[in-house]
Amino acid sequence: MMVTIKNGHLIDPSQGIDCLCDIIIENGKISGIQQLEPKDKGHSARDKVRGGKGETVIDAEGRLVIPGLIDMHVHLREPGFEYKETIQTGTAAAARGGVTSVCCMPNTSPVNDNAVTTAFILARTRETASCDVFPIGAITKGQKGEELAEMGIMREAGCIAFSDDGRPVMDSLLMRRALEYSKILDVPVIAHCEDLTLAAGGVMNEGLLSVTMGLRGIPPQAEEIMIGRDIALAELTGGRLHIAHVSTKGSVELLRQAKQRGIARVTAETCPHYFHITEEEVRGYNTNAKVNPPLRTRQDVEAIREGLRDGTIDVIATDHAPHHADEKRSEFDNAPSGISGLETLIGLSMKLVDDGVLNLSGLIEKMTAAPARILGLKDKGCLRPGSDADLVILGTKNEYTVNPEGFVSKGKNSPFAGWLLHRAPAVTIAQGRIYRWD
Amino acid sequence: MSLSTKDLISIRDLSSDDLELILETASGFKDVLGRDIKKVPALRGRTTVNMFYEPSTRTRTSFELAAKRLSTDVISISVSTSSVVKGETLEDTARTVEALGADFIVIRHSCSGTAHFLARHMRASVINAGDGTNEHPTQALLDLFTIREKRGSISGATVAIVGDILHSRVAKSDIYGLLNLGAHVRLIGPPTLVPSCMKDLGVTVHYSMEEGLRDADIVMMLRIQTERQGKGFFPSTVEYFKNWGLTDARLAHAKKDALVMHPGPMNRGTEIASAVADGPRSVILDQVTNGLAVRMAVLYLLSGTGQ
Repeated sequence: MMVTIKNGHLIDPSQGIDCLCDIIIENGKISGIQQLEPKDKGHSARDKVRGGKGETVIDAEGRLVIPGLIDMHVHLREPGFEYKETIQTGTAAAARGGVTSVCCMPNTSPVNDNAVTTAFILARTRETASCDVFPIGAITKGQKGEELAEMGIMREAGCIAFSDDGRPVMDSLLMRRALEYSKILDVPVIAHCEDLTLAAGGVMNEGLLSVTMGLRGIPPQAEEIMIGRDIALAELTGGRLHIAHVSTKGSVELLRQAKQRGIARVTAETCPHYFHITEEEVRGYNTNAKVNPPLRTRQDVEAIREGLRDGTIDVIATDHAPHHADEKRSEFDNAPSGISGLETLIGLSMKLVDDGVLNLSGLIEKMTAAPARILGLKDKGCLRPGSDADLVILGTKNEYTVNPEGFVSKGKNSPFAGWLLHRAPAVTIAQGRIYRWD
Repeated sequence: MSLSTKDLISIRDLSSDDLELILETASGFKDVLGRDIKKVPALRGRTTVNMFYEPSTRTRTSFELAAKRLSTDVISISVSTSSVVKGETLEDTARTVEALGADFIVIRHSCSGTAHFLARHMRASVINAGDGTNEHPTQALLDLFTIREKRGSISGATVAIVGDILHSRVAKSDIYGLLNLGAHVRLIGPPTLVPSCMKDLGVTVHYSMEEGLRDADIVMMLRIQTERQGKGFFPSTVEYFKNWGLTDARLAHAKKDALVMHPGPMNRGTEIASAVADGPRSVILDQVTNGLAVRMAVLYLLSGTGQ
């Protein structure tokens, strides 16, 4: 089967492409990219009527076409928490949001700390998913932070990284071993950086607001101490360290210094909520703004944006954490942390372009080529001939209103309800399968 | 004559006019409490439900009695007898109570924001009887009432609040109410329990009792929860008392006619010496009596019957 996308404005940072192109897809792979001279445009537009038998032609004139996004931080909740999300609903939400590669965190039930669970996730992906799923295995058995999980066997089963996300490895020696051992697998260890002793059961950012709301605060230093430790351990071991969901100004500074020293192999990600909103969202005990790490201050938001601009932060991921409405509809202390983020990823990220933080190519890079490079996904995040036919045709700049109740994801827990965004995905193609919404 | 709000969740929701109205109304009810027959028919036919998810004797008793003095029917639910042990959510319990016809829901809960949560989902008037470490608005109202009763006015008074400010819902409600009515507020305690960022509220922060008590008009002591010991907030109750306990010698730094207050229950010898607690400047038992009058005023004003 052949699909041709005509006259789109293709942005593929991996190849430095930023121009009008026709893209040809055959059998789920990119088979050709034809750059169009501006004068060819009219000619090419007439071409589309010649779509032959078995050929699908999609007119992308006036639209942006980008590689399908790689979201390297997603909670799909299956197995074990299917009432929150499943591989089916989570990947459908991903496709709706322009994400064609989902990396799922291991905090399922059972924990993905063994090859059988990894195989189960991949089998369910084949049976039910709308896009690719790449499991992330647990660093330690049961995510208990006590002994290493069978990383090598899980790597063979299909895990592309290791993380105890949500539960930091508090034992420095064990984290050292994980970074050391993972070198034979050439995969990153993804660190959820939070000193649990300092966070002390906090539920929001520490400051005057937490004091006056009577909520236990988590100081930014709880994150920064662990980022400092893990950078030091990466320098000690030479292991590949990826810092998950960076949320503070101090964290950005630590990462910037580490990258300047050039000793550690360290990369980092942040999420849209850390470059858009602050602890103020928690006012009124809004559980949809309860997330870990917590929303911080305006100063932190500005520092995260600067970190994205100057390359200190490599990747934008969602930390998509769907929860059931009943769970969020409770006392703030008792509500689970997390934001359902897959379907607002592009719209919220595009605002960085509107705000002059990044140009389009720089932004797309952080959701395509950068995560592909970190995770070693050779056929993903780019539209080179031979790579997987994962791409997104973005809609117009017409604004739409975020309505979480309309999310494809089972998780409607978003603090962005009512936000005006633009460029919702109009068409997502995942390994040649076409999903259209316009 | 009624409040601008359906509920009493936070002192910060009340304007200074609201505060004055409550204190004025409480004054009338205090007269009633001095009579032989201490009951008025003002809210006959109404129903008050006390939902107490935390142990409480004085606040629960005070609310029960206040509701009875106004002739409402009163039911008190405590955590051990409710469906909570069967796994029912707070919202479902509250809805059930509402479906039984409650007009007032008085809630005490260990989680901050619980009263806000209920108020959003209930038609009944929700009264916050203490939510986590957030607020305890009726305690602040009775403190304001007591200060006004003893001193004539709150504006311009220097009030020193001493102890575990960080975890004290009483302190927070008091701070908001006192600042609203024009008092000067000082916070005193160990740095681990008095976050310096609270200066931004318009108060001063002191770690020394002598400094903080100097020429104060009111000294408000807070209960030191003994479970804080061993969590690293201070080394021992002995050392705490040595540094921040209120003794006659320390009290001498305050004004000669300074009032000593405490929301109770007291830990004698931990935060306050018995000589001070039972001394001539102590108004601690007046606070208890005034609590009844203030809670009657709150129920009455939220009922809308005064309109």
